[in-house]
Amino acid sequence: MGFFPFRVVPYRPFPVPRGRGYTIRAGAQMRNLMKNRHLSGWLLAAPLSVVLLCFLVLPIVMIVVVSFWGATEFSIYPAFQFDNYQFLFTSPVTYSVFFNTFKYAAITWVFTLLIGFTVAYFLAFHVRSLTWQIALFLLCTIPFWTSNIIRMISWIPFLGRNGLANSTLISWGVIDEPLEWLLFSDFSVILAFVHLYTLFMVVPIFNTMMRIDRSLIEAAYDNGASGFQTLTNVIIPLTKPGIMIGSIFVVTLVMGDFITVRFMSGSQSANVGRLISNDIALLQYPSAAATAVVLLATVLLIIAVLLRFVDIRKEL
Amino acid sequence: MTGKRPRSFYVLAAFFSLFLLFLYGPTLTIAILSFQGPQGGLTFPMRGVSTHWFRDLFEQQAVGDIWGSFARSLVLGLMVMVTTVVVSVMGGLAFRKRFAGSSVIFYLVITSLVIPSILISLGVGLIFSQSGLNVHWSTSGYGSQLTWTLPFGLLIMFAVFNRFDPSFEEAARDQGASNWQTVRHVVLPIIAPSLIGVALFGFTLSYDEFARTLLTAGSYNTLPLEIYGMTTNVTTPVIFALGTLTTVFSLLVIAVFLCAVWVQARRRARLGSDAGKGMV
Repeated sequence: MGFFPFRVVPYRPFPVPRGRGYTIRAGAQMRNLMKNRHLSGWLLAAPLSVVLLCFLVLPIVMIVVVSFWGATEFSIYPAFQFDNYQFLFTSPVTYSVFFNTFKYAAITWVFTLLIGFTVAYFLAFHVRSLTWQIALFLLCTIPFWTSNIIRMISWIPFLGRNGLANSTLISWGVIDEPLEWLLFSDFSVILAFVHLYTLFMVVPIFNTMMRIDRSLIEAAYDNGASGFQTLTNVIIPLTKPGIMIGSIFVVTLVMGDFITVRFMSGSQSANVGRLISNDIALLQYPSAAATAVVLLATVLLIIAVLLRFVDIRKEL
Repeated sequence: MTGKRPRSFYVLAAFFSLFLLFLYGPTLTIAILSFQGPQGGLTFPMRGVSTHWFRDLFEQQAVGDIWGSFARSLVLGLMVMVTTVVVSVMGGLAFRKRFAGSSVIFYLVITSLVIPSILISLGVGLIFSQSGLNVHWSTSGYGSQLTWTLPFGLLIMFAVFNRFDPSFEEAARDQGASNWQTVRHVVLPIIAPSLIGVALFGFTLSYDEFARTLLTAGSYNTLPLEIYGMTTNVTTPVIFALGTLTTVFSLLVIAVFLCAVWVQARRRARLGSDAGKGMV
């Protein structure tokens, strides 16, 4: 069979097994079966589906189930009660913590977008040789492959009471006393977020920009557009898919975070992730699960809205 | 786009340099501070220069089980890397067939990417504890990390197959290659450089993963968990020394992968086409 061009096979009105006997027939049937793209597709996707089922779908189901359970100080017990949700929605802490989470996400989004867009724009349109583009792009992405925790820790010598920032500002005479709000504050939390996640904006925006047909920009200039007009009327609209993908990354990473907020605020600020991790630390799993369900619903809602503006599979 | 550079170039170049400084400055600072003298603290000034804090890392009692956790992170990273490459390639091939129900899997992949990490940790931890299983980094931790690395691997495969010219495969089939031969001798060699990229993502994302392993690693910590533990109770530059070492290790890993891509590109350029040289 191997010598026959594969594409001829479907045109034969009757498959003619060469030789007699059950095994050959079964082999041909097997091959015909494999030509069914639905079946072979599912077979190829089977390992992926198993991982997603066991470690994504089942955990989500488990969290939803446990969010209705009850808890004592030491253990949790199966039940079907709305106490966890009732507590969650009646506690003023919940609302302030959710507000805080949105605040972090919004501010981080603005900064990562502005910085990420500028950096990607410089790389895509101002660096002229491809070699330099690749080299500088790699330089921007390397920190992504190193440890987030280490990158957070590395702000301490900068922002601390006796850190570089304070001592520099004092020596310049800008301030007389060390600024207390540099470390362990909302400022340092957002600084760390921007530091960690700007890459997630740079990469997709740069990717989209590299695919913009350069003749469109030439055309804009030829028609008398200024550099700024070309930017706002040609480049930004064409870069929108990249911006959307970057936004999805940044918003979800910030909303789901708990470690950056804990570490950079010195446990003085809270977001939803910390609320969950605090409950976990106290073994209050049902209440953690209820908060998790609300957080997941919020994140998925935001992503669903963002996905309406971009077809991820097409844009990669 | 030729001739003298516009003024905006210099403004943007300055901005870009500041961005790089912002990206790398803090890491360089702790690299310098990790060479603090024995009396030195967590910030400047430097009180002498020594390798005291690096030596401390090699003394078990000073910092806990650093080397054990490093070995675990290394093994786990390799496990996740291999799985990510194999499963992503298979998944990428599957999605090209546009099989019925593929959009369900696709949205699950997106969910896996955007779900807050602590939810995976919590959910997997709950499943294991409620069914009486012990969480362990090589079972529950391994699976939890895959939910983070596989979406990246698959997104890369989507990008690769979007640019893939199917006429290569058709040519192979017209020459009588079987399905498997087409994949093995045509598709895989063409996508090989991107597979190195997938492997790099698989390893480094696993090696640095924290939140998804928090409740799923069990009693033996991975390195990020160990470092996280240190942030709460270690107040000496030993943590900077550890940070510097693990960053250097990450950089080495990245360099190895980049070299592999470079070598492969050169080999390709040198060997070029093997058309007309007989069967492979």
